[in-house]
Amino acid sequence: MFESLSLLTLQQYWWIIVSLLGSLLVFLMFVQGGQTLIYTLGKTEIQRTMLVNVLGRKWEFTFTTLVTFGGAFFASFPLFYSTSFGGAYWVWMAILLCFVIQAIAYEFRSKPNNFLGHKAYEIFLFINGALGTILVGTAVGTFFTGSMFSVNKMNLTDLTSGKLPVISAWEGPAHGLEAVLNFQNVALGLVVFFLARILGILYFMNTVEQSEIFTRAKKQLLINTVPFLVFFLYFVGSLLLSDGFAVDPTTKVVSMEAFKYLHNLLEMPVVLILFLIGVILVLFGVLKSIFKTATNGIWFAGTGTVFTVLALLLIAGFNNTAYYPSTFDLQHSLTIENSSSSIFTLTAMSYVSLLVPFVLAYIFYAWKSINNKKITEDEMNEDIHVY
Amino acid sequence: MLENVDLSVVDWSRAQFALTAIYHWFFVPLTLGLAFIVAIMESIYVKTGREEWKRITKFWMTLFGINFAIGVATGIILEFEFGTNWSNYSWFVGDIFGAPLAIEGIMAFFLESTFIAVMFFGWNKVSKKFHLASSWLVAFGANLSALWILVANGWMQYPAGMHFNPDTARNEMNSFWEVLFSPMAIHKFLHTITSGYVLASVFVLGVSAWFLLKKRNIIFAKKSMVIAGVFGLLSAVFLAVTGDGSAYTVAQKQPMKLAAMEGLYQGKEGVGLIAIGMTTPGKKYNDNKDEYVFKIEIPKMLSLLGYRDANAFVPGIKDLVDGNSQYGILSANEKIKRGKIAINTLREYKEAKMANDTAKMAVSGRNFDKKTPEGKAFLENNFRYFGYGYLNNPEQVIPNIPLTFYSFHIMVILGFFFIALFAMVLFFIYKRNIENIKWILWTALLSIPLAYLASQAGWIVAEIGRQPWVIQDIMPTVAAVSRIDSASVQITFWLFAVIFTTLLIAEIKIMLRQIKIGPKDGGLN
Repeated sequence: MFESLSLLTLQQYWWIIVSLLGSLLVFLMFVQGGQTLIYTLGKTEIQRTMLVNVLGRKWEFTFTTLVTFGGAFFASFPLFYSTSFGGAYWVWMAILLCFVIQAIAYEFRSKPNNFLGHKAYEIFLFINGALGTILVGTAVGTFFTGSMFSVNKMNLTDLTSGKLPVISAWEGPAHGLEAVLNFQNVALGLVVFFLARILGILYFMNTVEQSEIFTRAKKQLLINTVPFLVFFLYFVGSLLLSDGFAVDPTTKVVSMEAFKYLHNLLEMPVVLILFLIGVILVLFGVLKSIFKTATNGIWFAGTGTVFTVLALLLIAGFNNTAYYPSTFDLQHSLTIENSSSSIFTLTAMSYVSLLVPFVLAYIFYAWKSINNKKITEDEMNEDIHVY
Repeated sequence: MLENVDLSVVDWSRAQFALTAIYHWFFVPLTLGLAFIVAIMESIYVKTGREEWKRITKFWMTLFGINFAIGVATGIILEFEFGTNWSNYSWFVGDIFGAPLAIEGIMAFFLESTFIAVMFFGWNKVSKKFHLASSWLVAFGANLSALWILVANGWMQYPAGMHFNPDTARNEMNSFWEVLFSPMAIHKFLHTITSGYVLASVFVLGVSAWFLLKKRNIIFAKKSMVIAGVFGLLSAVFLAVTGDGSAYTVAQKQPMKLAAMEGLYQGKEGVGLIAIGMTTPGKKYNDNKDEYVFKIEIPKMLSLLGYRDANAFVPGIKDLVDGNSQYGILSANEKIKRGKIAINTLREYKEAKMANDTAKMAVSGRNFDKKTPEGKAFLENNFRYFGYGYLNNPEQVIPNIPLTFYSFHIMVILGFFFIALFAMVLFFIYKRNIENIKWILWTALLSIPLAYLASQAGWIVAEIGRQPWVIQDIMPTVAAVSRIDSASVQITFWLFAVIFTTLLIAEIKIMLRQIKIGPKDGGLN
């Protein structure tokens, strides 16, 4: 079945899968966004416990998606894995630390004798929610703005220069932290941050049966939508107006092209439609929840988030574009063609990808089984596993 | 030569990975085994409908949850450290190694994370049978995730199902099934997961013994002990069988590791297995000091276990470093020489390609094509020693002998001790009132740290014993690291050390308190 596909088609297929995982990850970051709002929306201990428990039943999906996103990226585009992770060391380490402290925070928070006290674990959740989202967004921002790295496979055969025989090297001392000096990257970080908060609020409105929390959530929705729109419009505007990293389809030479990402959208109408529907769905989900007493805004905004992020990642890698550009030397930039796994591995992995619909089906079924009743204060006092 | 290279980044990267792996492995084996124990207990509850089994299940499930979270936390770092700290490795074999990691995520992690939510929060929301199925799926998912990462690890110890592509300068997979079903991967998987079952069983026995020593929750503790005793005994016996399989594969594929495990410097025929022994401190591979200060040996057993022939020749460290022409073993110096030829041939090919010199490319390219006679010879005589080309002197192929030797023997001795422990516990449960036999209760309780010790020792054998290789014979650690300054890695090492230690303390404190609280509703006194 997949054997008949060309290498380029498989590379594109895997870029779509990785992009889809990335976009699902951003949607599932409603958990992170929600974590930054526990004290804003929960004014009593029981309210905070409800909010933590609402998120605590879903945090593993976000976490697992992040891990799978990393694994899929590794399997399909290993040169990105080795170049970005090994080079932008500090950014990825900071992101990792943010997620490590999240993983234990839910389970340990309300347990007696938890060593650090429950407040410490709530701070962990806040750090994960705030820094985690901003850093992930900032790191993804470099897909459009570039980074200072080099890739030279000849290094593998270098036994004489006194350097380690390493293919990929970061050509700057900050090892990824310099990404924060580019406001376009940071703007994307803040977009992800405020979007995660919006999604978190919408999820609370959908899942928590508590009027005070609902009222506060509605107010916070408006407060977070304004900065989200400001940063989103800034990011998208600057992206569409900026030069992009174009790849000559014949010579594979990378060069700067004016309005490259705008061209990508216009030259790939399906992606443009996906992007527009995504943005409209996010706005619809938000506005519906602000102006009506709707509780299902999360599903519109969530779907919209997946569409929008997917479209952004597709214009980063498709239509002869370098998805991980090198500003040190344009010719060292990574494209889906020069950084992918072999045709054999991509084919084998494509068979594994057929499991994805099955995985989504059982997630949907289990999610529905657990979420069929809203969380109430009474439930927090029942003999169940409470975070 | 790589002799002018600053190697501290290699050491710190190894230290950081070891730190993460050791902490990760504090939590994973308990998850692997306890998931099944909990599922078995819940099955009894669903079958019998007796509430006491539900309370037993819930108690162990609580401990499972506490342990699971911290295993997840340390696991994510391991995955990403392949990129952050071993970036060259990630490129050189990412085509093969990345696949199991991705499959692990798609197949196993989602299964775990989806149904663990049902397991913890679904008691009053889904049917009994759906809940039970969820518990089994969590256990299955946890073990499935172990399969894929252990396949990946097994492949690093014995690379199979691949070929080298000079154009991309990396190894590429050509047989998924050879990677998945390599004997190293199968033995590693079976041996490792069963070690988790044994550890979890010892944990349940030990904690239950504590209840009996405190003379509380007697019925709960004894029922838990029965499950853990039976599950543990079966697992421990199977562990010994898979241990034999693992050692046999090591003998075939990693003879230096086997020599290190046994502290065998001088190879010979009909070698005995050291049951207990002490290696001579400060011994060099080529001095005349005795190998052991003392030893109790089972005659011919190493030859028999390693080669299924009581009189087989087992190469020692000296044979593997200096070579042994009688048995056709090349010296490490010769392998280094051949490895350098392989690296330089790749260089020639890449240079020709860059210069667009098609004639030269065709000549050196033939070396990498196994269908040509030149390729057949080059791949067999040179390329298989590619990684040796990065080494400076032959002694670099020797791993840390005392650490490997003692870790191996501690693991084996404790493995047999656990078989005896499970058998004794079951015997005393059925024949006498175990709650009155303090020495066996104390033994069970004090065995908990021993189970962790044995489990960690196993990984030390596997990972220290294969040094200097990240991928056996193909890539040493020095060629696998990321190009970052060692100060950065030192900082993250200490950061992780502080965080992991803090989290471990928190986990232990929470666990101890939960154990003290005991099963909810009392009842099972």
